[in-house]
Amino acid sequence: MKEFDLPSANPSAAPIALHPLHAILLAFPVSMFPGALLADITYLNSSEMQWSNFASWLIAGALVFTGLALAWALIGMLARRAGRGWLCAILALLFVVGLVNAFQHSHDGWSSVGTTGLALSVISTVLALAAGWIGYTVSREVRA
Amino acid sequence: MNRVVLSALSLAAPLALAACDKAQDLDQTGPRPALPEQNQTLLPPMKIASPAGWNGAMPNVPKGFAISPIATGLKVPRQTLVLPNGDILVSEGLGGSAPKLRPKDVIAGYIKSLGKSGTKGGDRITLLRDRDGDGKYELQTVLIDKLNAPYGMALVGSDLYIADQDALLRFSYRGGETRIDAPGEVVTKLPANPNHHWTKSLTASADGSRLYVGIGSNSNIGERGMAVEEDRAVVWEIDRESGAHRTYASGIRNPTALAINPATQALWAVANERDELGADLVPDYLTSVKPGAFYGWPYSYYGGHVDPRVHPQKPDMVRKAIAPDYALGSHVAALGLTFLTGGGFGGNYADGAFVGEHGSWNRRQLAGYKVVWIPFTNGRPSGKPRDFVTGFIGPEGKARGRPVGVTYDPERRALLIADDLSNTVWRVTAAR
Repeated sequence: MKEFDLPSANPSAAPIALHPLHAILLAFPVSMFPGALLADITYLNSSEMQWSNFASWLIAGALVFTGLALAWALIGMLARRAGRGWLCAILALLFVVGLVNAFQHSHDGWSSVGTTGLALSVISTVLALAAGWIGYTVSREVRA
Repeated sequence: MNRVVLSALSLAAPLALAACDKAQDLDQTGPRPALPEQNQTLLPPMKIASPAGWNGAMPNVPKGFAISPIATGLKVPRQTLVLPNGDILVSEGLGGSAPKLRPKDVIAGYIKSLGKSGTKGGDRITLLRDRDGDGKYELQTVLIDKLNAPYGMALVGSDLYIADQDALLRFSYRGGETRIDAPGEVVTKLPANPNHHWTKSLTASADGSRLYVGIGSNSNIGERGMAVEEDRAVVWEIDRESGAHRTYASGIRNPTALAINPATQALWAVANERDELGADLVPDYLTSVKPGAFYGWPYSYYGGHVDPRVHPQKPDMVRKAIAPDYALGSHVAALGLTFLTGGGFGGNYADGAFVGEHGSWNRRQLAGYKVVWIPFTNGRPSGKPRDFVTGFIGPEGKARGRPVGVTYDPERRALLIADDLSNTVWRVTAAR
């Protein structure tokens, strides 16, 4: 994750910890999008449809929780609490990419994944991990 | 920062455009349909005409013909059969138990349900009788009930065959009965799990010794896995005495109606082709069913047009695939087929076939929702399909009915049309 030059990588700029419920919401996309990527890879290696079905459900579930986590972050930002701008931005982008990927996975057979679906799953995974990295990073002062 | 958020959200706008579906003005009927490039849009276009009642309106028929409803209040009528004494049997049912495997199945299933009547399938055979020959069928009674989504019917001598969604049944019919209580004898079980396409079409060979059953695929294009496609997308030939079967033809995605061509005594079928390759793919078809032939599904369509959604692909099967005889148009959903016999209606309607088109869901411009006439000469189609019964889509674009089975009654020179949306059987005759 070093290549991401994000403001939150600087501990002094990092905000206070997420509310536990917000942290739980964020945990779903962080785990489900990578899960979908693994299912996609397994489908491409096996041609076994059930793996593509797994990916479809993982993406749909991840989208729901991404939307909730995004809404929470947006409300927090609008309420002028600690700056969660990057988290909002990444979750918003993740939601869009995830939605396109959900539609891609609604195709039948091999087209449900293919090159496009795999690429979208890789992008979603990177974005979800980045969102987790930022979301779960807190300043040293708070931790201390 | 807010700008970043907004620009990320604005990426969503092109999604709406991505679903665009360009229906072209192509000639997709007849022996050599135009087949455009495949167009797998991000979202499949789904448009179903929402139901509306007839409210006294009638379907439109050509000049010189008259149409009237002879049975209403049915429970999802599908196919009809005319018995020797003039009684009409109507199969009523709504089958299929395919589980929803993906989020898409849930959403698409809901959208498709908007184009249906909501009536629970009758799981029965209704008998209609015109006692005095005035064209009004005053008796409407249940001949056989407690069936399991019956669809195809055939009478051979005193044996009445009913194709439930899971078995071919035989009932004893001596003539004139209005009620059969004895349970049907199972001639053979039919592939039934999970019945994504559940309708089992049925007809008997010209000499009555064989029965043919059409068994549709268990998916659009293999997305339920190929394991469930064993014995699917095939026509079975069944020995009437023993119940033994063999695969008569394969790769025929959903053979929804079978009939014997009276000129050649060959088996013909209408079949529904695959969806979600674009508004103008893949045309449904009418074809003679050649013994041993492979019609491509799922690997290809119209011969060598490979479907990229099937993996692993099978080039050897694509090489074997033959094209059907006659295209009916993309997404029209042909569900009914009947040949004219005995000179038919005469004039322009002496030799040919009628096809019932249930209507599309997978394109913006509705297709089908009508009964078409296809002229034949010497047992082969000899012209373009012509609209015969229309008006199933009302002026506001709502569906008043959806045609399924069509049956020509040569004795009384009438065409019967089962309509599973308004739960009606229509009867077309030459106007007096």
